[in-house]
Amino acid sequence: MIEVRGLTKRYGSTVAVDALSFDVRAGMVTGFLGPNGSGKSTTMRLIMGLDAPDAGHARIGGRPYRALRWPLREVGALLEAHTFHPGRSAHHHLMALAASNDIPRSRVDEVLGVVGLAGVARRRARKFSLGMAQRLGIAAALLGDPGVLLFDEPVNGLDPQGVRWVRDLLKSLAAEGRTVLVSSHLISEMALTAEHLVVIGQARLLADTSVAELTGRGGSLEEAFLDLTGSSAEYRGGDPSGDRAATPAPTATPTGERSS
Amino acid sequence: MTAMTARLQRVPPGHYRFRQVARMEWIKLRSLRSTTWILLATLAGMIGIGILVMANTRAPVTAADKASFDPTNNVLAGVALGQLMIGVLGVLVMTGEYSSGMIRSTLAAIPNRPLVLVAKAAVFGVVTLAVGETVTFVAFLAGRAVLGAGVPQPSFGQPGVLRAVAMSGVYLCLIGLMGLGLGAITRHTAGGIAALAGVLFVVPLLLVGATRGPQIAKYFPTFIAGNSMGVAKPVADMLSPWAGFGLLWAYTAAVLGIGGWLLARRDA
Repeated sequence: MIEVRGLTKRYGSTVAVDALSFDVRAGMVTGFLGPNGSGKSTTMRLIMGLDAPDAGHARIGGRPYRALRWPLREVGALLEAHTFHPGRSAHHHLMALAASNDIPRSRVDEVLGVVGLAGVARRRARKFSLGMAQRLGIAAALLGDPGVLLFDEPVNGLDPQGVRWVRDLLKSLAAEGRTVLVSSHLISEMALTAEHLVVIGQARLLADTSVAELTGRGGSLEEAFLDLTGSSAEYRGGDPSGDRAATPAPTATPTGERSS
Repeated sequence: MTAMTARLQRVPPGHYRFRQVARMEWIKLRSLRSTTWILLATLAGMIGIGILVMANTRAPVTAADKASFDPTNNVLAGVALGQLMIGVLGVLVMTGEYSSGMIRSTLAAIPNRPLVLVAKAAVFGVVTLAVGETVTFVAFLAGRAVLGAGVPQPSFGQPGVLRAVAMSGVYLCLIGLMGLGLGAITRHTAGGIAALAGVLFVVPLLLVGATRGPQIAKYFPTFIAGNSMGVAKPVADMLSPWAGFGLLWAYTAAVLGIGGWLLARRDA
C-alpha cells in the first residue's frame, strides 16, 4: 500500500506536484491518469525517493522509500524507458540489480523469460527498440518479486500484443494481492486495466475514485476524464517553463495570455 | 509469453549492506567494454612509453648529470598518459550512470546514496590499484631490460626505487578516484573530463607560466607524480614523496566527499 500526503514539488517557479494526497490500495490496479506534464512521473519519482519533495511525504507500507530494507524485493518500478546503460546487456543489467538486493541469479533468467527477452539478453542493450527497452524495465520491476509495483506509462512503444500482455500482467499482479500503480495518459487503456483511478491535472488531484463511479456519471470514461481535466484547463494555458515572474500556481488565477 | 508465476513472498530479514552494493558495482564495472578497453590501453600505452624512453636513455657524462640521473623517473614517464586514461574512466563510471538513466535504477535498488558512492569507489579503487601497480612494475622491468649497455641500471635495492614505482601505481588509483568524484560533482561526461584535464594539465601549466616556476604548480597532482612520488632521487624545491602522497589522498578524499554530499542532496 502506498500513501501520499500533501506531496509538493517545485522546480524553480514551476509547481510540478501540488499538495497531492491519495492512497494506492493492494489487490487492485490503480490507474494514475492525467494529461502530459501533469506531474505523474514526478509523483512516481517522489514516491521512489529519487527526488526530494518540498513538502509532504510518500510512504510505502508505512515507511519512506529510503527506509526499505531490501528495496527491490519490496517495490518494483518501471520509471521510464531508459534506466539502463546502453553498453551493458540486459542479463548483466539485471544481474547487477539482483546482486544489490541478494536476489538469486535464477530469478534473472526467470524474469527475462517472462518479458520475452531471453533470446537477446546477452546482447548490449544499445540496439534495443523502445518496446524491448520497456520490457527490460518491466523485467527489472519484477526482479525482486515485490508486493508494490509502480509503472510509468508501461505500454509506450509496445505493439498491440505487447499492450495486451502488459494489461494482463498488471491485472494478474493485482490479483495476487499486490499494490499496482500505473500511470498513463491513455484513457482507453486505463478503462480496460484499472479498477481505481487517481486523476491529476496541472499538478493537482482532480479525482480519486473507482472507474465504475467515474463512468457512472454518464457517458464514457473519456468524457468523464475530459470533463475533469477540462475544468482545470484554465491552468493549462501558459508554458510553465522559464517565466520567472510567473505567479505561484496554487492561489493565482492565470490571466490568459502572458508572453514574457 | 508465459504468465507470471511469481507468488507473494515475505521480504527476508536483514537489509542491504556494503557487500551487496559492492557486488552490484563490480558487475556493473566489468560488464562494460569501455572498462576493459581503457584499462588495456593504459597498460599498453604506459609500458610502451617506458620501453621507448628507456631505449633512448643515455648514460650520464658529467658529474652533475650522474648525481641527478634517475632512470626510475624516466621509466615512469607513461604516468602522464595513464593518469588521464584512468581518470577519464573514473569520470565515465559515474557520468555514464547519469547519461544513460542507470542512476535511477541504481538508487532505486540502493537508496542509501553515500553507500552507493563508497561501494563504487571501493570497487573502482581496488581495480585501478591492481592495474596501476601492475603497469608501473611491468613498465619498470620492461624498460630496464631495454636500457642500453653502459647505462647504470636501477634496481629495487637502491634507495627510493621501490617506493617510487609502488607509489606511482597508487597514484593512478587516486587519480581514478578523483575522476569518479569529479563525475559525481559534474554529472556530465564532458564537464567531468574537462575538470580532470584542467586539474591534471591545464591549470598547473598555466601556473608555471604565470609564476615563472613551480611554486604553486608543485601542489598539483601531475607535479607531485612526476617530481615527488615518481622519483628515486629527490628533486629540489619539490614536495617530499610522502608529503605529496599525503596531499593526494587529501585531495581525493575531498573530491569524493563533495561528490557524495552532492549525490545525497540532489534529485536524481
